[in-house]
Amino acid sequence: MKIFKGQGTADLGKPWRFEEDGLTVTRGCAWSPPGCHPTGCGIKTYVNAEGELVKIEGDENHPITNGRLCVRCLTIRDYVYNPDRVLYPMKRAREDRGKNKWERITWDEAYDTIAEKVAYYKENYGAESILVMGGTGREGGPMLPAYAHACLGTPNACYTQSGYSCYIPRVAGTTYVMGATYPEMDYAGGLPGRYDDPMFKLPELIVFWGKEPLPSNGDGLFGHAAIDMMRRGSKLMSIDPRVNWVSTRADWHLRLRPGTDAALGMAMLNVIISEKLYDEEFVTKWCYGFEQLAERVATMPVEKAAEICDLKAEDIVEAARVYAAAKPAQIAWGLAIDQKSNGVQAGHCIMALEAITGNIDVPGGQLIGDVNDGLELGFGWNNLGPELQSKILGIKEYPAYVALVLNAQCDMVLDALEAGDDAQYYPFKMGVFEDTNFLAGTCAAQPKRWHDAMVKNLEWCFGIDVWMTPTIQATCEIFLPLSTTVEHDTVVYTHYGASPIMAGAVNKAITVGDCKGDCEIMYELGMRCMPINFEKYKDYYDFLADYRLAYKKTFEELREEVVHQKTEMCGYKKYETGRLRPDGQPGFNTPTGRVELYSTMFRQFGEDPLPYYMEPQLSPVSTPEEFEKYPFVLTTGARTYCYFHSEGKQIPYLREMNPDPLIEINPADALKLGVADGQWVEAESPFGKCVLKAKVSQIVKPGVVHAQHGFWFPEKDAEEPSLYEVWRSNINELIPHFMVGKLGFGAPFKCLICSIKPIAENYDTDMMEVWDRFGKLVI
Amino acid sequence: MTAYGLLIDYEYCSGCQSCEVACKEEHKIPVGQWGIRILDDGPWECTDGKFNWNKIPTPTRLCDLCAERTAKGKQPSCVHHCLTGCMQYGTVEELAKELEEKPNQVLFVPKPYQY
Repeated sequence: MKIFKGQGTADLGKPWRFEEDGLTVTRGCAWSPPGCHPTGCGIKTYVNAEGELVKIEGDENHPITNGRLCVRCLTIRDYVYNPDRVLYPMKRAREDRGKNKWERITWDEAYDTIAEKVAYYKENYGAESILVMGGTGREGGPMLPAYAHACLGTPNACYTQSGYSCYIPRVAGTTYVMGATYPEMDYAGGLPGRYDDPMFKLPELIVFWGKEPLPSNGDGLFGHAAIDMMRRGSKLMSIDPRVNWVSTRADWHLRLRPGTDAALGMAMLNVIISEKLYDEEFVTKWCYGFEQLAERVATMPVEKAAEICDLKAEDIVEAARVYAAAKPAQIAWGLAIDQKSNGVQAGHCIMALEAITGNIDVPGGQLIGDVNDGLELGFGWNNLGPELQSKILGIKEYPAYVALVLNAQCDMVLDALEAGDDAQYYPFKMGVFEDTNFLAGTCAAQPKRWHDAMVKNLEWCFGIDVWMTPTIQATCEIFLPLSTTVEHDTVVYTHYGASPIMAGAVNKAITVGDCKGDCEIMYELGMRCMPINFEKYKDYYDFLADYRLAYKKTFEELREEVVHQKTEMCGYKKYETGRLRPDGQPGFNTPTGRVELYSTMFRQFGEDPLPYYMEPQLSPVSTPEEFEKYPFVLTTGARTYCYFHSEGKQIPYLREMNPDPLIEINPADALKLGVADGQWVEAESPFGKCVLKAKVSQIVKPGVVHAQHGFWFPEKDAEEPSLYEVWRSNINELIPHFMVGKLGFGAPFKCLICSIKPIAENYDTDMMEVWDRFGKLVI
Repeated sequence: MTAYGLLIDYEYCSGCQSCEVACKEEHKIPVGQWGIRILDDGPWECTDGKFNWNKIPTPTRLCDLCAERTAKGKQPSCVHHCLTGCMQYGTVEELAKELEEKPNQVLFVPKPYQY
């Protein structure tokens, strides 16, 4: 099947492993490391007789990516053989934290030491004193709770980003409102005939709301599927403060003021309800609380929303009418919804829009997962026992957060870390960093505060990564080296299992150093620390078949299939067939069995059951005096093709695409401030500051700036206090700690205020330095 | 002799730069040099409030249209990996027909040159 005209065809129909010109070619799906969401793009690895990876290509057999590949996978060879990669386990004394005094050890010594420390802290301080911190995207990201509960036996898993401002606020909202994990835009990913499959209907309209999925492949969505559909006739609407490439191909672009999404959502709902543009049958049969919602959104007339959002009233009306009229229509809602304390309400509005227009679980609308095809969340939790379970930090204060994701509330964790032995409940003593570099301006607000508290108060730490990162360099006593996606066998499940699309085999093709994958480390370490959870497996592959495939097939079967489209799980309008509820009854998996426009669960948690608008905590409206000192609205963290958050800085071809951390500023503002394009500036908020390189562009409106995140400089001094100059351009230093919503979710990463000041210094990256250090040896 | 070229549909090029990097990997081209490069025009606002933003992958003097690959029946590396599928390789005759059928495309007929 050809999705586009230039698609490769030379290897169509080839088996999972074949020979070509003296090279062994292995087909597989890529997932981490390098970090990415679980999209599982098809790759072919070419390996010579010496076992060396010669090149990577996209696999045209893959039903979704069809041979296409982004730059992060195209450069896997430069990643695998990078001279800075850590290839063996290492140890260091605690007094040498922050110094490059690492010494090679064996896996046995590393595991023995870790098991000994785990036992020591459990015995002396209780298992809850062990804090496991994880990152995002990489395979280890969603394994974070399992690493804590199943592998080490502590209740305290922690994704460190203030307000868990990534994906989970949307997932929580969906769980409570809709009883599903996540309503994803339907791109026929699980259907054998893809866009031409008779079950599928092309969306008339795709709305990108606070999302740019082309570079990010957010949550496992192959973003460029939108282009495939656009080319077949779908129209686009973009709701985004910034101009991005997609918005220039959209018929409608609402450039709202950052952080005001809930006001826009309420106003659109109000138009659709008051003009009776909704799907009456779906509302009557499957929605709960329509009258109350109608009453609430009537408090947000379009004129009011227009003023709040800095939009024209007629544009809001038109957007609402266009969305309601398009059949089917789909909304891809993104990270921007999570990164504000009013985000749960914005998400509630978006789900209400999807529901009242009848777009839930219809072909070309919002696809939701079959209840029998869920995530693995909960592994090892029951074996902790009720006493330890009750000690997970924040369970009393933030049950809607903590009990849902089985994570400690991260803002409370920082408070506890800073308090040390004076912590409110108990001190943290041992730290684990698995697949996270959160000091580098990624998933933590106020990273220097985290750094100082951890270095001072965590007595013993180990980290798992491919690279020495500023995070591990500052804190750890043991380093465990990760293998990459071409060096181990595992399984990628798209959308974290939330959409019935595909499972892919991550097929091992080469061995480099003495590295292991996330699943393998968890299995081996778990056997030592928490055998109760692992001894039932006869080997790693048995564990994998259960943990990743729920014994529906073995890894060996999947390996040969390479991609398994979950055709058996596909199906629409599952609320009619009982496939959304564990009891098999029709309806949604909510207390009322309906999509709760009025949320009984929110009410139960003490939150307003209906959507409402709240200004960002710091904004021109809520803090006009502060705004005089910090006269720009700051939004951060737009995605690039070259980096996955902090990853990729030492891959020369990637670094070349975006060598320095940029801050976008409108030409009118740049003129006023005397900032030239390419000049370095200092950005400062009431909470911190950093230096960035100005990109003068109409990408942002006057009065708004956008700053990139995740920068560190692996070519610079590795040791303290530099830590690869991690503090120099760290935008998360500007983001406040613990300014979150009522349920504990959402911090203002995308709606803050700051000042901008031109500076004379120049920090431009010397690309030849990067090339000499990381590139020449590989090529 | 039959002439071959690259047809680029710049209405759909998202600027992912997979062509640039796929080419560098295929031909081992160091940083600071390119076999194909995306020329980036925009975004700038037009009078009607819409934005112009076109990204046009442009072969350089190093592009040999992946002669080794195409001899084996493969697509040039840039075409094979393009995330939007906005590139096509073929004879100028075929591609000229495609060009007639859809606007906002550009046809390149690259050949390495020396002066």
